[in-house]
Amino acid sequence: MTWGVLQFPGSCDERDALNACQIAGGGGPDQARLVWHEETDLSGLDGIVVPGGFSYGDYLRAGAIARFSPAMTAVADFAAAGGPVLGICNGFQVLCESGLLPGALLTNERTRFICRQGDLVVGEADSPFLTGLEADQTISIPFKHQSGRFFAPPELLDRIESNNQVAFRYAPGHNPNGSVNDIAGVTNEAGNVLGLMPHPEHAVEAFSGSTDGLAIFQGPALTATGGAA
Amino acid sequence: MIQARVLIRPKEGILDAQGKAVEGALPALGFEGIEHVRVGRIVELQAESIDRLEELCEKLLANPLIEDYEIETITG
Repeated sequence: MTWGVLQFPGSCDERDALNACQIAGGGGPDQARLVWHEETDLSGLDGIVVPGGFSYGDYLRAGAIARFSPAMTAVADFAAAGGPVLGICNGFQVLCESGLLPGALLTNERTRFICRQGDLVVGEADSPFLTGLEADQTISIPFKHQSGRFFAPPELLDRIESNNQVAFRYAPGHNPNGSVNDIAGVTNEAGNVLGLMPHPEHAVEAFSGSTDGLAIFQGPALTATGGAA
Repeated sequence: MIQARVLIRPKEGILDAQGKAVEGALPALGFEGIEHVRVGRIVELQAESIDRLEELCEKLLANPLIEDYEIETITG
């Protein structure tokens, strides 16, 4: 499995995402490469990560301008063809702004930048990124954002819930930002696109205190080889 | 060229965290009797025509899920 990790001007978590993809793939350097925002050729890539950071300075709204980058047009085609796409933090915002995921991310309830370890509960969503995890399982990964309050108007929220598109919820008492229904991550209807605010790529090696994020990066390869459903 | 101004504000009913933060700071500065502070933004632009401004707002300047916008054209 070869991953492409997008890199916009202002991205800052792309190296950790690259590292996470490489570890998930068994450690070889040829298992992931960076994709500059002007690139449009994603051939040879089996999965895409849209990483965290502050793409284009977060001008206007977080993710609003990155959405129009040439690479994101290619990612939309890749997603439409069923390719797995993971958006983390700013990447989640970009995917929502692009319409590849439902909802929007607003400034945290208390306006402060949050940076701490927290717990997530795995949702019922059917996604290749969740193949290595069980519904209701709790994982511990870092939260690190200022505009992470997930919002969807009531009708859309009902659809997200009834279609089982919730991938992760903040564990009881861990919702750091006022997200509706404690939602930390959602998928598209098909399940191949997943976005979440917390950072699995910062929790893949023992020195960081948790390796719970690794399973998310291992999921698509497990799915491809017919691992757990 | 038409001079236009787009006003973008958080939709009613959505918690405006910035507005709340500004409101929360007012008593300490001695401002009493001010409430319902909401923070939005203004985009000023010049355009050859107003034809596509609505589309521009829908696609880029505002996120219609969370924001309302108004387009004002300013004469001369």
